[in-house]
Amino acid sequence: MTALTLPEARGRSPRRVIPGFGLTLGITIAYLSLIVLIPLAGVLLRSAGLGFDGFWHAVTSPRVLNALKLSFGAAFFAALFNAVFGLLVAWVFVRYPFPGKRVLDAAIDLPFALPTAVAGIALTALYSGNGWIGQFLEPLGIKVAFSPVGVVVALMFIGLPFVVRTVQPVLEEAEKELEEAAAVLGATRLQTVVRVILPTILPSLLTGFTLAFARGVGEYGSVIFIAGNLPMVSEIAPLLIIIKLEEFDYAGATAVATAMLVISFVMLLAINLLQAWARKK
Amino acid sequence: MQIQIRGIQKTFGSFQALTGVDLDIESGELIALLGPSGSGKTTLLRTIAGLEFADSGRILFGNEDTAGIPVRERRVGFVFQHYALFKHMTVFDNVAFGLQVRKASERPAKDAIRAKVLELLDLVQLSGLDKRYPSQLSGGQKQRVALARALAIEPRVLLLDEPFGALDAKVRKDLRRWLRGLHDKTGYTTIFVTHDQEEALELADRVVVMNRGRIEQVGSTDEVYERPATPFVFDFLGGVNVLPGIARGREIDVVGVSAPLPCGTCDHTGAVDIYVRPGDLRVADAAQPSFEAEILAVQRTGPIVRWDIRARALDQQLEVEIPHLHHDVKQHVPGQTVRLRLNQYSVFARGAKGDARPKALPDTVLIGRERERGRLG
Repeated sequence: MTALTLPEARGRSPRRVIPGFGLTLGITIAYLSLIVLIPLAGVLLRSAGLGFDGFWHAVTSPRVLNALKLSFGAAFFAALFNAVFGLLVAWVFVRYPFPGKRVLDAAIDLPFALPTAVAGIALTALYSGNGWIGQFLEPLGIKVAFSPVGVVVALMFIGLPFVVRTVQPVLEEAEKELEEAAAVLGATRLQTVVRVILPTILPSLLTGFTLAFARGVGEYGSVIFIAGNLPMVSEIAPLLIIIKLEEFDYAGATAVATAMLVISFVMLLAINLLQAWARKK
Repeated sequence: MQIQIRGIQKTFGSFQALTGVDLDIESGELIALLGPSGSGKTTLLRTIAGLEFADSGRILFGNEDTAGIPVRERRVGFVFQHYALFKHMTVFDNVAFGLQVRKASERPAKDAIRAKVLELLDLVQLSGLDKRYPSQLSGGQKQRVALARALAIEPRVLLLDEPFGALDAKVRKDLRRWLRGLHDKTGYTTIFVTHDQEEALELADRVVVMNRGRIEQVGSTDEVYERPATPFVFDFLGGVNVLPGIARGREIDVVGVSAPLPCGTCDHTGAVDIYVRPGDLRVADAAQPSFEAEILAVQRTGPIVRWDIRARALDQQLEVEIPHLHHDVKQHVPGQTVRLRLNQYSVFARGAKGDARPKALPDTVLIGRERERGRLG
């Protein structure tokens, strides 16, 4: 066997079809380090200065816990709503021709481009007690602005394009033949959607959900206007970090940041694993 | 299930996909829709399935008009060229799909579904692969899963859209034989679409040759090959050389040779086209009426040797297929002259100028075959 080995194959590294692996990997790691890893390491390092007890104390104070709960909870629900309605929006855009489609399609991306503070102010004006929409909701007992509900609304606005833009291309490429095959086999439209179409787009839907969720967790600009920022009630974790910074409590601020970092990382990892599983199926 | 197709018309925008198609299909028949791309064969198949709607005309399953029956209630088995398997489902779930989506009142019990699926997988020779996903199967296996899935609903008719189109030559050939065997065993009325004449001739009981949204000829494989009704069928099945000629009464002049008009009693005067298959140009004896041609190129493809020749009288390039027994390696080389004769041919009266479809003379009969046999005997 060894006698048959060709000289080329005996080299230390296997020969690759695409050259430049070493160079590109080097650039990738350097870039990731500069942009992502070193700043994040800085956060961890800074909060490590507190010691474990100090860190634990800072993170488990009721105000911090409530802020974290609100940030992650609101981001989760907003992403969930966006997954459902974003899918619907993408479906309509892909499947049906209608007048004004191109304009609406372009409008989907506006939350990407708009300064988030502008969005926050606009939403506040709409949903406050005397706003266009708020004046009808308030008599019904639904208080949107200056409450956790407002946070969810703001995050839904921010997160929608993530879902639409990840699901849309997959829906566009979905084989029409699969639906025809299901129909010929006797499936109703609903059965076709649930059993054939949804499973094929599930991985991209999960991606969209994850992006919207991640964006929601970190969102600051649009939320602080509509939330009202009542400590323990409608105060989000990013705002709490700013407040602690303004009070020169740098260690406390980084402690909250570290907590967010760890929770986000665990959740994103879990979703990624879920996605890998869905893709494999 | 007997199927009657009456006057089906279909347009896509300004494109006439089907222009008045009539066809009768007997119960248990295996029929090929054969034609080049754009001939309307797939559109016809999809219309039968209910995946397309005809602009006018009727399709009857037995005595039942299918017009009001939506695709999911038609109970047709449809096999797509690219399989269209559900990738997120196992082979088992793919095959069981048609049964599992039935209303609870019509759905077989779980055990019954399981038994049925395993039986079908056995039928398509995929036993033991029920837990695999489509991505873990070869092309031929995928197509057999698609077939089992279509058969699971006990279809009234089985429709296959270029079922072997995406497979490589060897698998295609094996699967073809196997499908013929399966058809003989199960007896489903089957219609399949293909652009491959060899596939159509090998597999089908009857061949429907289509061109530009029309049926050119319907017949047994022997009929369409031996007695092509139109120049198109002639050309599409087996290839053809078209020689210009002049008919004078019962004789025709072609490439400087006088040949009989190939029908017993007919009489025609005027310009005609003589259609000769490459294999029906033969090396002539000295005694036979023949024409001179120069060999331009020689190409050996297995048992058949293909010559490109130029007929001296015509200055026209022709294709000849010679059995390798008749091919003399020393003598038949490019640059040499050979004498050839027409073995079998059809004569079509040349239509008026611009008429793309010359009219076949009445009772066009190919006479060459008999003569050939007599000579050899």
